[in-house]
Amino acid sequence: MIEIESITKRYGDVAVVDDVSMVIEPHTLTVIVGTSGSGKTTLLRMINRLVEPTSGTIRLDGVDNRSVPGHELRRSIGYAIQGNGLFPHRTVAQNIGTVPLLLGWDAARIKARVDELLALLQLDPAAFGPRYPHELSGGQQQRVGVARALAAEPNVLLMDEPFGALDPIIRTKAQEDLLAIQKRFGTTIILVTHDMEEAVHLGDRIAVMDAGKLIQYASPTEILARPATGFVETLVGASDRPFKLLSLGEVRDVVEPGSAEGEGIAAGATQRDALAELLWSGRTAMPVTSDDGMPIGRVTVQGLVKRAARPK
Amino acid sequence: MGIRFDKLGVVIAAIAGYGAFLAPFATFRANRIVAGEPRSVLEALPSPVGLVLLAILVAAGLVALFRTPLAARLGASALALAVLALLIGNAGAYLTPEGNTFARVSPASGFWLLIFAFTLLLADVLTRLQLSPAGRVVLLGMAAAAIWLLLASGQWDSLSILKEYANRADSFWNEATRHVQLALGSLAAAVLVGIPLGILCHRVEALRAGVLNVLNIVQTIPSIALFGILIAPLGWVAANIPGASALGIRGIGAAPAFVALFLYSLLPVVANTVVGLAGVPRAANDAARGMGMTGAQRLWGVEFPLAFPVVLTGIRIVLVQNIGLATIAALIGGGGFGVFVFQGVGQTAMDLVLLGAVPTVALAFAAAIILDAVVEHVATRRSTTVAA
Repeated sequence: MIEIESITKRYGDVAVVDDVSMVIEPHTLTVIVGTSGSGKTTLLRMINRLVEPTSGTIRLDGVDNRSVPGHELRRSIGYAIQGNGLFPHRTVAQNIGTVPLLLGWDAARIKARVDELLALLQLDPAAFGPRYPHELSGGQQQRVGVARALAAEPNVLLMDEPFGALDPIIRTKAQEDLLAIQKRFGTTIILVTHDMEEAVHLGDRIAVMDAGKLIQYASPTEILARPATGFVETLVGASDRPFKLLSLGEVRDVVEPGSAEGEGIAAGATQRDALAELLWSGRTAMPVTSDDGMPIGRVTVQGLVKRAARPK
Repeated sequence: MGIRFDKLGVVIAAIAGYGAFLAPFATFRANRIVAGEPRSVLEALPSPVGLVLLAILVAAGLVALFRTPLAARLGASALALAVLALLIGNAGAYLTPEGNTFARVSPASGFWLLIFAFTLLLADVLTRLQLSPAGRVVLLGMAAAAIWLLLASGQWDSLSILKEYANRADSFWNEATRHVQLALGSLAAAVLVGIPLGILCHRVEALRAGVLNVLNIVQTIPSIALFGILIAPLGWVAANIPGASALGIRGIGAAPAFVALFLYSLLPVVANTVVGLAGVPRAANDAARGMGMTGAQRLWGVEFPLAFPVVLTGIRIVLVQNIGLATIAALIGGGGFGVFVFQGVGQTAMDLVLLGAVPTVALAFAAAIILDAVVEHVATRRSTTVAA
C-alpha cells in the first residue's frame, strides 16, 4: 500500500504538486493522468524520491520513504521511463541486470533472472541477451526497459509514459503485456500518461491531475460517468465516452438468451469491440461463444446501446 | 565507350606528370650548405634504371587517370611509391662522386611531388576500401616496417638526411626519447588533471564558463611568450622549493617546455570531457538515478563510458598537437627533435632541419592514425542511440 499524504512540491513560488493525498492499494494498477505541466511526473518521482517533496509524507507499506537513503529506496522500486533510458554501452542482459548487480546478487542468480524476464517478454535470451540496445527495434527496447525495471522483483513499479514513444500497434501489444505482467507478479504499478484512453484501458483507478492538484481519484467507470470537473470531462472527451465506457465491460456481461446469424464473438471481448463489429457488419445481433468455444447466447445492438448510456 | 576519366585521377596524373618530367628529381650539392643543382630523373639515375622508373610512373599515372578497378589503383600506387622510395637511394649513390664525403644528394621537388601524388592515390583507394580500424593500424605497421627495412639495409645511406643522421646518431636517439617523453608526459599530465577538471566543470555549472575561458586564453598565448612567462615562476620554484631543482625544474630547459605543453593540452581534454558528458542521453542518466545508482556509480558506470569516445577524440587532438609543438622546446634547451631543426636553421643546412622535421611529422602521422582507429573502434562498439 502506498499512502501519499498532503504532498507538496514547490519550485520557488510555484507549487508543481499542491497538497495531494491519495492511497494506492497493493496489487493494483493506478494511472495518473493529466496534461503536461500538471505535476503528474513530479508526483511519481516523489514516490522514489527522485524529487524530494517540500512538505508531506509518502509511506510505502506503512514505512516513510525517507527512512532509507534515496538510492537504496530506488533499488527496491521498479522504474521505467519514456524512451526507456537503456544504457547504450551495455548489452541487453547487462541492462536488465543493473539493479540486481547493485544489490549484490551473484552472477548465476542474475543470469537466471535475466533469462526468465526476457523469455517472459517474448525475447529469446540467447539471441537478445548479448545484443546492444541500438540493435533492437523500438518495441523491443521498450520491453527490455520494462524487464530492467522488474529485474529485482520490486513490489512497486513506477512508469513514466512508458508507451509514449511507441506506434499504436506496438503500444497496444505493450499494454497487453503490462496487464499480463501485473496479473502474474501482482506488482503494484503506478503509471503516468497524458492519454485518457490508455488510462481507462489500463487503470484499476485513475488519478486526474491539473495544475498540481489532484482533481479526481476514482475508478474508470466513475471517471467516465461522473467527471468531477469540466476539465476531467474535456480530458475524457465527450464525443467518445460511451465507447470508452463500453470498452471497460466484457461481452459476457451483456449476453442475452437466443441465437443469431453469422460470425460470433468471444465472451471475453470488450463490449466496444462487439458494438463495432455489429455496426460494421450491419447486423443487429451476433452469437457469443464462451471461452471454450461453446455458443452461450447472443449480443444485440440494443443491449449494448443501453450499456453505453451514462450510469445512474 | 567505357574509357572514362577519374576526377581525382586527373589531378594526380597532372601532379605526377609534372613531377616526373619537369621538376628535378634530386638535388646535388658540393657540400651541405651551398646551393644545389637540380637533376632530372634521367640525370639522377643510371641509364636503363631511369627509363624503367619513368615507364612505371607513366603506367601508374595512367591507372590513376582513368576509371580503373580499385585493386589496380592499389597496386599502381603501392608499386610507384615502393620504386620511388627504393630508387631515390640509388640516385644518391649514383650522383655522389666516389669517396667524396662532402657532397650531398637530397630528394628534390619532383620526387616529393611524385610521392605526394601517389600517396594521394593510395589514400583515396584506402578510403574507398573502408578499412576497419584494425586494418588501418596493420597497414601503418607494414609501412613502418618497410621504411625500417630500407633504413636498415643502407639503401638510403647516400642521401643527405641520413648523412646528417650518421653524424649525430647518438644525440638523435637521445632527442627522440626526449621528444616522446615531452609529448606523452605532458599528455598524461593533462589527462590526469583535465578529466577530473572536466567532470567538475560538468557538475558545477558556475565553474564551467570560467575554466573554459581561462584555458581558451592560455591556448592563444604564443608558445615563445608562454616560455618567457614561465621563466620567472619556475625559476622561483627551483630556487625556493627544496628538491625542485634536483627534479630538473628550472626557468629554462625541459620543465617549462613540459608545463607549456601541459597547459596547451588542457583545453582539448577539459572541453571534450565537458562536451562528452553533456551528450550523455538524458533518459539514460535519469534511468540510472531512478534505478538507485549513487552519484559515483552513475559517473563511472554510465556517464563517463558514454562520454569516453568524445574524451578520446580530445586526447587524439592533444597527442598530435603535442608531438608537433614539442619541437619548440628546443628553443629553451628543452631538447627533442627541435634541436636539429633549430641547429639546421642556424647553419642554413636544410638536411639537418629535415632530420628534425621528418621524424616529427612521421610520429604525429602515426599517432593520428592509431588514435583515430582507437576512437572509431570505441565509438562503434558503444554506438549511442537515442530511443525515439
